[in-house]
Amino acid sequence: MLGCLKRPVMVTADVNLNLVVLTAAGLLSRLWRLTYPRAVVFDEVYYGVFISLYMKRTFFIDNSGPPFGHMLLALGGYLGGFDGNFLWNRIGEENALITQARLMLMESLLIFFNLLAVLSYLKFFNCQRHSPFSLCWWLWLMLTGVACSCAVGIKYMGIFTYFLVLGVAAVHAWQLIGDQTLTNVCVCCHLLARAVALLVIPVVLYLLFFYVHLMLLYRSGPHDQVMSSAFQASLEGGLARITQGQPLEVAFGSQVTLRNVFGKPLPCWLHSHQSTYPVIYENGRGSSHQQQVTCYPFKDVNNWWIVKDPARHPLVVSSPPRPVRHGDIVQLVHGMTTRFLNTHDVAAPLSPHSQEVSCYMDYNVSMPAQNLWRLDIVNRESDRDVWKTILSEVRFVHVNTSAILKLSGAHLPDWGFRQLEVVGEKRSRGLHESTVWTVEEHRYGNSQEQRERELELHSPTHVDISRNLSFMARFSELQWRMLTLRGEDSEHKYSSTPLEWVTLDSNIAYWLHPSTTAQIHLLGNVVIWASASLATAAHALLFLWHLLRRRRRACDLPEDAWHRWVLAGALCTGGWALNYLPFFFMEKTLFLYHYLPALTFQILLLPLVLQHISDHLCRSGLQRSLFSALVVAWYSSACHVSSTLRPLTYGDKSLSADELQALRWKDSWDILIRKY
Amino acid sequence: MAGGLVGCELRARQGRCGPQASRAAVRDVAAEAAARSPKPPAQSWRRLEAAGQWALLALVTLLSFATRFHRLDQPPHICWDETHFGKMGSYYINRTFFFDVHPPLGKMLIGLAGYLSGYDGTFLFQKPGDKYEHHNYMGMRGFCAFLGSWLIPFAYLTVLDLSKSLPAALLTAALLTFDTGCLTLSQYILLDPILMFFIMAAMLSMVKYNSCADRPFSAPWWFWLSLTGISLAGAIGVKFVGLFIIVHVGLNTISDLWHLFGDLSLSLVTVGKHLTARILCLIVLPLVLYVAIFAVHITVLNKSGPGDGFFSSAFQARLTGNNLHNASIPEHLAYGSVITVKNLRMAIGYLHSHRHLYPEGIGAHQQQVTTYLHKDYNNMWIIKKHNTNSDPLDPSLPVEFVRHGDIIRLEHKETSRNLHSHRHEAPLTRKHYQVTGYGINGTGDSNDFWRIEVVNRKFGNRIKVLRSRIRLIHLGTGCVLGSSGKVLPKWGWEQLEVTCTPYLKETLSSIWNVEDHINPKLPNISLEVLQPSFAEVLLESHMIMILGLRFSGTNDTDFRVYLLGNPVVWWLNLVSIALYLVLGSTIAIAMQRGVQLPMELEGQIQMLLRGGGQMLLGWMLHYFPFFLMGRILYFHHYFPAMLFSSMLTGILWDSLLRLCAWGLASSPLARGVYPMGVLSLLLVTAYSFYLFHPLAYGMVGPLAQDPESPMAGLRWLESWDF
Repeated sequence: MLGCLKRPVMVTADVNLNLVVLTAAGLLSRLWRLTYPRAVVFDEVYYGVFISLYMKRTFFIDNSGPPFGHMLLALGGYLGGFDGNFLWNRIGEENALITQARLMLMESLLIFFNLLAVLSYLKFFNCQRHSPFSLCWWLWLMLTGVACSCAVGIKYMGIFTYFLVLGVAAVHAWQLIGDQTLTNVCVCCHLLARAVALLVIPVVLYLLFFYVHLMLLYRSGPHDQVMSSAFQASLEGGLARITQGQPLEVAFGSQVTLRNVFGKPLPCWLHSHQSTYPVIYENGRGSSHQQQVTCYPFKDVNNWWIVKDPARHPLVVSSPPRPVRHGDIVQLVHGMTTRFLNTHDVAAPLSPHSQEVSCYMDYNVSMPAQNLWRLDIVNRESDRDVWKTILSEVRFVHVNTSAILKLSGAHLPDWGFRQLEVVGEKRSRGLHESTVWTVEEHRYGNSQEQRERELELHSPTHVDISRNLSFMARFSELQWRMLTLRGEDSEHKYSSTPLEWVTLDSNIAYWLHPSTTAQIHLLGNVVIWASASLATAAHALLFLWHLLRRRRRACDLPEDAWHRWVLAGALCTGGWALNYLPFFFMEKTLFLYHYLPALTFQILLLPLVLQHISDHLCRSGLQRSLFSALVVAWYSSACHVSSTLRPLTYGDKSLSADELQALRWKDSWDILIRKY
Repeated sequence: MAGGLVGCELRARQGRCGPQASRAAVRDVAAEAAARSPKPPAQSWRRLEAAGQWALLALVTLLSFATRFHRLDQPPHICWDETHFGKMGSYYINRTFFFDVHPPLGKMLIGLAGYLSGYDGTFLFQKPGDKYEHHNYMGMRGFCAFLGSWLIPFAYLTVLDLSKSLPAALLTAALLTFDTGCLTLSQYILLDPILMFFIMAAMLSMVKYNSCADRPFSAPWWFWLSLTGISLAGAIGVKFVGLFIIVHVGLNTISDLWHLFGDLSLSLVTVGKHLTARILCLIVLPLVLYVAIFAVHITVLNKSGPGDGFFSSAFQARLTGNNLHNASIPEHLAYGSVITVKNLRMAIGYLHSHRHLYPEGIGAHQQQVTTYLHKDYNNMWIIKKHNTNSDPLDPSLPVEFVRHGDIIRLEHKETSRNLHSHRHEAPLTRKHYQVTGYGINGTGDSNDFWRIEVVNRKFGNRIKVLRSRIRLIHLGTGCVLGSSGKVLPKWGWEQLEVTCTPYLKETLSSIWNVEDHINPKLPNISLEVLQPSFAEVLLESHMIMILGLRFSGTNDTDFRVYLLGNPVVWWLNLVSIALYLVLGSTIAIAMQRGVQLPMELEGQIQMLLRGGGQMLLGWMLHYFPFFLMGRILYFHHYFPAMLFSSMLTGILWDSLLRLCAWGLASSPLARGVYPMGVLSLLLVTAYSFYLFHPLAYGMVGPLAQDPESPMAGLRWLESWDF
């Protein structure tokens, strides 16, 4: 890093040699006995599952991050498995990073792209000085954008680095605007090029990842239920098999199943059955004693409803079918019991502020049927839109009381078979998904008699019409679900808080050999962590000091050294802060490995600070040599610590209990010691 | 952007304070006017202008008071959050302790206003809609309306000071006076008018001390600086939202100091003086006041009340009426003591067991152990030695104290079962172990053994009642006794789940303290000596407030009144923010490109960038942080931001119209553009208030959805509901 900040663009052989040696050392330490251990380690469980889902082309949804990282791993696995070891070399570097912690986890990939983004931006910035719009200028600029979107595509965390690069680029662009030696046109070209490379390309690439993701995963899979009916219908198998060939437009006489869009706590369908509400509830309130209406999370013949025109008698679709439009008044008839969906001024069983919804039974107790509903298509384009299967999101507004049919989300007690409660919400505040329903299964009913109709309801639907969801619709839905899907707030033995990361108060045991005490831990090199944090603090203090001094016109630093110092601070300290501080606001379970991207930026700063101290703060030759000696001592202690902790990094050596105890330098480190 | 007001060119012109400043502004206006029109006799003209200016200020204030106090007694029943804040005011009058997530100043002031106006604190404030009847509520409403009325003169003066333009200030004042939302919010017993009063006061005094920058350490300078500090303490003392204005003032101060520091004509000593003055007035003073507010709060509320359960046992010992108050109990735990054990986390309660078993299929079929928030005989446990079953209360045996690190057994007093855990999964938190009551008459097995540990203490120390924070570690599995805070289903009587967690993380939910303690062999001591210090009380109140912020919102009242601002004002404000961003960035880019601005526009544009920038910053600081907040938000949270955007609107349109007039200088329209523009904006605002005023003063007749309603024509957006 120091090199690329200071080095002229002509790369000398010397530097190249350094680079080669470093790369070789990096590769060696990362690839060393890569195939060991031959067991599933830590989160590899999850990622492994996702990869095999890719291989099977099965749709899944993971809220931990966008799909690019998964796909990259899958690609690695695909190539690796396909050609044996032959191709390992060609994708060598990537694999080295995949397994930086020698594990198939995302962090190493993320760090790779983070660093690539910063490096290529710096390269680009160097080109900017002498040869703007040259080939290498374009190359590095584009690479910055590509690396940024790759980073974001691996984990949402990558967005922090993207913001960092954008921020620095914005400041540089502002300086460019202030450069009055350039013509207006030239400035515009510069700005345009940056906008394309740093804004347009990342967005397009990000979309591309999802495009490939959705292209690859065209089969229905374990997470279908989370998605909307329309999305599910676009996958092969699953819902698509059922809905394929359904009529598109819902008409009077249509037989439909209605799925609630909210789908919480469970995805479910509007349902009714022979049982009635109990006359008196446990808490002493009374009910209408009419037939229960619930929301049922399984497919069932009792989920079928017939859309009826209140003005006409028959329950079949006329020919030609008369489509139902936004604003039409309809009745919903329960297919198996031929009772009408009804709501009235009776408190719902579990939500006493809302109205009870029932299928109307006439007990002749002066409680008239109120079974007219106005259809409200939420996502309509015009006010005469036709109600469409799967695509239309509709609300049912009760004509008499203007209550809205809603899933309350509460589980009914035993008398309601623990199904979900459906209510009429009178005071609806704005549009909530729990009041919105979609038609999932649909067919044009044509049986006049009840017996005949029951048979018809039991038979699968089939008529030919195909429908497709556009990529953007699928993308936005998937993206939204990924961002809003909450995993269980799982407590984990190795979870930690951000404050513990800096002081390395926590570790993660990745793997323990089934019989010996050999084990792999995620554990930092204490010396490097401490000195990296120190370097950040030192940088911040020196920065403040110089800043104040310069404000009083006392310039101890040459101008270009000062600018380098500021740029380094912006990139490294800024990168660290952006990748670290947001974790304090996150509610999810955090692990030590979340700190690694931030740490990388801190480590980059370390040599810069050392160099600065030696160049500008050591005034005599003696001080300088003293300082060099200190650096050597520091470096060898780091090496020593690294080699001491080696057994915990590679897990290749079985240690005795005492040896392990000796490695437990902090009480909070959780090193696994077997009791015999 | 913030606080560039110390800039050199402007300082000369702005360097006046208070009444002089306004007169100075007049002088500027007069000078401009003089340039255009034939010269009037200067002296008398100025005097006239000054008088006019005072008259205008008086008019604005009067109008503001008139609109706020009009029909203040309507409706004569509890409206919306009055049920909370009125109730809390009553608590202060009755001196009963309660818990709330907001700091106490606002509610104390409401209580004080009620007290002074003769309200006796007996009204229950149960739910919105309850009639006040004979209770005197006007004192409290009047106080809120009084503070709310000052917002407008404050905004007027702030804008006047920033822009030196009367029309801009008038426009701002009109926007705020005629905004029905702002008006409604000031008419009820709420914290918002008090909060906004302090925010605006802080803003005004900050702007004033900025304009005193050329006369540092003068009396007005000190006055405004310390007034800023006092207002900041007030703002944060009412709601934590006050933090944003503190940030605003902080940023302004930093930029101010930065300029002073860069001024080489000032010695470092002078800069040091400046720094010290600001630390004194803006950090130390508010901090002292804030602590004083809490001291008053804690002194006033000295009776036990509905808030006790949220606080720790030691805290409760302060409150008269609480059973811990003036109680005397043995200080150190000994074997044979009968105790109750309270979880340290908020609203978890006491370790509890009862004669009911876990249902079949949920862990082992043994006696339930839960936590329970109320005091009950089933909360009693006896500490026994793990290895003997002899009665430690036998008078022949010596007293043996329980020490940190001892292995003990806890026997449930009522059922004689031991606290027990084993490797069955807990009923709700599947990753934890189940905790049960086990054994007959105190005889169980080795899974009944627990190690008692005091957090942060050395081995062998005795364990104190109330003060020691203890953990119970299960000997067999190494897990820690804790409560997950989850509510058990009906079989568990909806008490909270107790588990034994194998994750040895230090969280409050696995730390307990001993509250009641009965041991006839030990001398009772008075709990007075155990009372926490003021600092501890302060810290605990804050911890619980911050914790409380996370929980609140879910059980807020379901009843909401739709508070709707005057849409014309709000849209104008929104458009202005967008326009300002476009205009501001265009000018900034032009300046960065080195475009020379025309001389006569220079001052105007500087003012637009700086004054407008201040306001934009205020708007952003009071708006964007809400996006990060997890709690339930209501529309009224936007109002502080709306104050700033109204001021921005005033400044922007004033500048925009002046720029237009300058741009059209050649055409005959030029003269009319500015006055006509300002006038029409004022009229439009006033007319929209005329249209929408029923929203603020209450309306009669059917809902607006009904086409018959007089308001039907005003329902411009479908999402409105009035």
